[in-house]
This record gives sequence, structure tokens and C-alpha cells, in this order.
Amino acid sequence: MRFLVFLGSRILTFLMVVWIGITTAFFVPRFAPSNPVEAVLARLDSQKSFQPEQIQAMRESLMELFGLKGTLLQQYGSFLKRVLVSGDFGPSLTVYPTPVSTLVARALPWSLGLLFCSTIIAWVLGNSIGLIAGYWKDRTISRILEGTAILLYPIPYYILALALIILFAYVFPIFPFSFSAQGQPFEWAFIKSVIRGSFLPALSMVTVGLGWWVISMKALASNIMEEEYVYFARLKGVSDGGIMRGYVLRNALLPQVTMLALQLGGMFSGALLTEYLFGYPGVGTLIAQAVLGSDYNMILGTISFSIIAVAGATLIIDLAYPFLDPRIRYR
Amino acid sequence: MKRKHNSRLLAGFALVSLFALLGFVVPFFSPEDPRVWNTVPRNLPASAAHLLGTTSLGQDTFWFLTWAIRNSLIIGLITAVLATVIGLVVGLTAGFRGGTIDRVLTLLMDSFIVIPSLPILILLASLMKGRASIILVAGVLVIFNWPWPARQARASALSLRERDFVHTAWFSGESPLKITMRELLPFISSWALGNLINTVLVAVATEGALAVIGVSNQAQATLGTMIFWAMQHQALLAERWLWIGSPVVAIMLLFIGLFLTQTGLSQYSATKRGR
Repeated sequence: MRFLVFLGSRILTFLMVVWIGITTAFFVPRFAPSNPVEAVLARLDSQKSFQPEQIQAMRESLMELFGLKGTLLQQYGSFLKRVLVSGDFGPSLTVYPTPVSTLVARALPWSLGLLFCSTIIAWVLGNSIGLIAGYWKDRTISRILEGTAILLYPIPYYILALALIILFAYVFPIFPFSFSAQGQPFEWAFIKSVIRGSFLPALSMVTVGLGWWVISMKALASNIMEEEYVYFARLKGVSDGGIMRGYVLRNALLPQVTMLALQLGGMFSGALLTEYLFGYPGVGTLIAQAVLGSDYNMILGTISFSIIAVAGATLIIDLAYPFLDPRIRYR
Repeated sequence: MKRKHNSRLLAGFALVSLFALLGFVVPFFSPEDPRVWNTVPRNLPASAAHLLGTTSLGQDTFWFLTWAIRNSLIIGLITAVLATVIGLVVGLTAGFRGGTIDRVLTLLMDSFIVIPSLPILILLASLMKGRASIILVAGVLVIFNWPWPARQARASALSLRERDFVHTAWFSGESPLKITMRELLPFISSWALGNLINTVLVAVATEGALAVIGVSNQAQATLGTMIFWAMQHQALLAERWLWIGSPVVAIMLLFIGLFLTQTGLSQYSATKRGR
């Protein structure tokens, strides 16, 4: 019963977050000074000249496509219904008439794959290094590890991505400067080209992500090392490995899981630019293309999907939390 | 241990001071407006006359870099000050009032922290059609930067309001405003400063991200637009490393400096408190 209350409150928070997010995404363009329909018409008109009746007909159908018919409240209602019930954002304009949902569905596995792999690698690797550095905090190697992390952490994802592109794609051309998948899915050539193309984007995300986990884990671990129960375990004759796993790691893990949930949004934003810079076929590249091509439906669609995806991942971490901490089960 | 902390703060402060000097003093000595194209010969290598060479647009890279640093720092500072002040006010209100106000404000904070900010900022920036002034950009960045300090302020307010000295001040008839200023701010000021520095970093990075995608005001010189122009003009393929490399290295050094200052400061205040 208490678990149900916990589950209910978390799902409610998730729905609120999604609602606030997509409501922002809905209202922002509507209060902006520019009109997307007129922008598209102006672009079409500059390419070819049309009769006034034709333009009026196009205006009507564009209003329909963009969901701009009716009062603001009616538009908002049908937008919410379309997003939450059917996930339908209408057709893309730059790749007309492919539906936005198809394009997003095509890009989403790429993005999730890159984000999931690099987040997990960075989290596990960073926390392991931090744990070791915090456990033996006075050794020179720990200082060097922490110092390196401090120099890497503040660098934004896309700056490191650019630096890696300059170094390993242009100055020393080891990796391709832009992602391209070759061959049919699940052939060896395909897998090889995907790994080669994803290596630099993943490396840049892991390197920056790693820094924070090393720094915070080292601080947590070295604080826990001062606790009396660790001192007692040492007197009791528990091995280094046992203390590290059973006493330090177990206690330090919880704040690190909370931080993971809070950082997902930021990591997602970082991934967007990394994808764009490497020409990686994910949602980030899609958003950039949509913005540069004024593809209104696609912008709304990609942003709504990103918000739902990030909030969903946060919800999953939140729900896993009580299973990690026996003290706060079903809070 | 104590010496190490001070050296961290010192190194960070030295780097940040260098950038403050480059951004706010050096631009006044610029011989020409570096944003104007074709004031100097194009694509020169580094020399005594042009410290970092010149760009394909006929601008002096070094002077352009100083203007870029200045504008990026201005955006960062305005965003950081506004976001910290708003965050403190909202967070303290939520923590002290409690009840429904607290629940609504907390939900707002949590939502804004979870929502991926960059896509929405890209949307906003693209709607401003690259005409936004530096001040407006900073104002928009505040939207996604106030919740972090607010969360922290709320947590401190929750723990502080039960302390004896707050009760004493309350029962002796002090006004809530005075209690906040006199009794609470000293507790909050050290991390508020740390948060301020961190927000400068986040704001400069976000503005740069918008510029690299190409939705910011490209007529403004910022570290981000500098990268944008270099990439637009194929500085990578043409191997003009100084043009594309100098803003990249500048951002790295500036951020390392800011981060060292921030962590150095927090360690400094921790040792001062005797921990």
C-alpha cells in the first residue's frame, strides 16, 4: 500500500514535469513575434510566384497542419490530445510528407544508444576511480586522478567534442570527422562503421561526464572513511576490498544515484550538440536541422519527445531508488 | 592540506583575473573594431603585429578574441546575478512559508531542473531570429538557471528556521526581511557565491552552444559566435587552427579557472569554519 502511494506520487510528478515542459514548448512560439505560416509562405513565394487564391489556400492548409486553427485554448487542447494520446505531430516540412513521429522514431534509438552507453560508462568508471581515489586519499596517484578530473569536468561537452574533432579527425586523421553508417544493419561492415563513427562522440561525453563522478565520489568516499563504523570494521579485520564495497560504496552510492537523475537533463542537452557536431543521426541533429529549416512541427515534436524521454528516465531512476536503500523503502 | 586549498584558489583566481583583464581592459586598446570585416589582410599566420594571426574575414584573431571574451563574460555575469537573486528569493520563500506555496514552488523547481533546457532555448533563440541583444540572451538564460540556487536556498531555509537563534529573533519581534538579511544570509552567502560562479560558467557555455548551432545573434562577438564563424568558413578543412582553436582553448582555460576558484572558495570557507 505504501509502495502504491510512493509510485503514485512519483508518476504524478512525472506527468507534471511533462505537462510543464510541453506547455512551455507550446506557448513559447505562440507568443513569439514571428508567424511560422507566413514564414513558410514567404519562402515558397520567393521560390516560385503564386496566385493570391493559391496562397490563401496554402495558408488555410498550413494553419491546419500546424494546428493553428481555433482559439488558443482549442489549439492547446488538441495539441495535448495529439501529443499524449497519439504521439502525432503532423508531417515534417523539410521532409514532407513524412510524419514527424516517424523521423523521431528513426533517430531516437541512435540518441538513446549513445546517451545510455556513455552515461553508464562514465558513471561506473567515474565512481570506481573516485572510490579508489577517496579510499586512499593521501596517495600521489589519487591526487593526480582528482587533479585530472578537476581539469576535465568544467569543460562543456561540445567544446571537448570540437577539440577531439580538431585533434583526431583533422590534425591526426584517425577517426572520421562525420558519422556515416555503411552496409546493411547488423553486418560486420555496418557494426564496424558505427563503432568507428560513434567512438569520438562517446569519448567526448564519457570524458566530461567522468570528471564530475570522480570529484563527487572522492569527496563522499573520503568523508565516509572518517566514520566510526569504518574504523570499527578495520579493527574487526575486514579486508580493504570488503570495506570499500560493503561500507564505503554502499553508503556513497545513494547520493550518486540521485545526482544521476538530476543530471540526465544536462547530459541530454550536451548530447544534442555533440551529435550535431559529429553529424550523428540522432535527435540532436534532427533538432538542429528543424531549427535551421524552420520546420515548426518537427521542432515541437522533437522537443516534446526529448522532454518525455528525459522525464521518463528520471522517473525510472526515482523508482529504482527505494530498492537501493533499505532505510527508505516505500517512503 | 591547507596550502593545497589556497593554491587551488590562487590558480583559479589568477586565470579568472587574466580573462577579466583580457575581456574588460584589453579591448580598449584595440586599433580597430575587430568585428568589422576586411580591416586587416586575410589568413595571416601569427606574427608580432597579429598575435594570433588573422581570420578569413579579414579580422585580427587576437582582438576579436578579447571582444568575444568580454561579451561572453557580460552574458555570464548578468545571468548569474539575476538567477542567484531570483533563486534565493524563491527558495527562501518556499522554505519559510511552507504549505501549498512550498509545494507549488518545489514542483516548479524540480520540473525546470529535469526538463532538458537546451532544446527549449534553441526554440526561443530561433524565434528571436538572431536579433537578440546580449542583455536579452542573458535574461532568457535566467529561466533555466534559477532553480538550482532556489533548491539549495529552500533546503537551508528548512533547516535554519528551526534553529534557536531564528526563534529568538522571531519572538523578539524582528521583521522577516531583517531575519533573512541578518541571520540567514551569512549562512547562505558562501555557497551562493559558489553558485554564482558556476552559473557564469553554465551561461557562457549555453550561449556558446546556441551560437555554434547558429541560432544566436551572429553580429555579436562572443566565444560561441567566433567558433560559429570559423566553422562556417571551413577553418577546420583549411587547417586554420588559430582561428578555431583560440576560442576553444579560451573557453577551456576560462572554465577551469572559474571552477578552480569556485571549489577553492568553498574549501577556503570550510577551513575557516574549522572543518
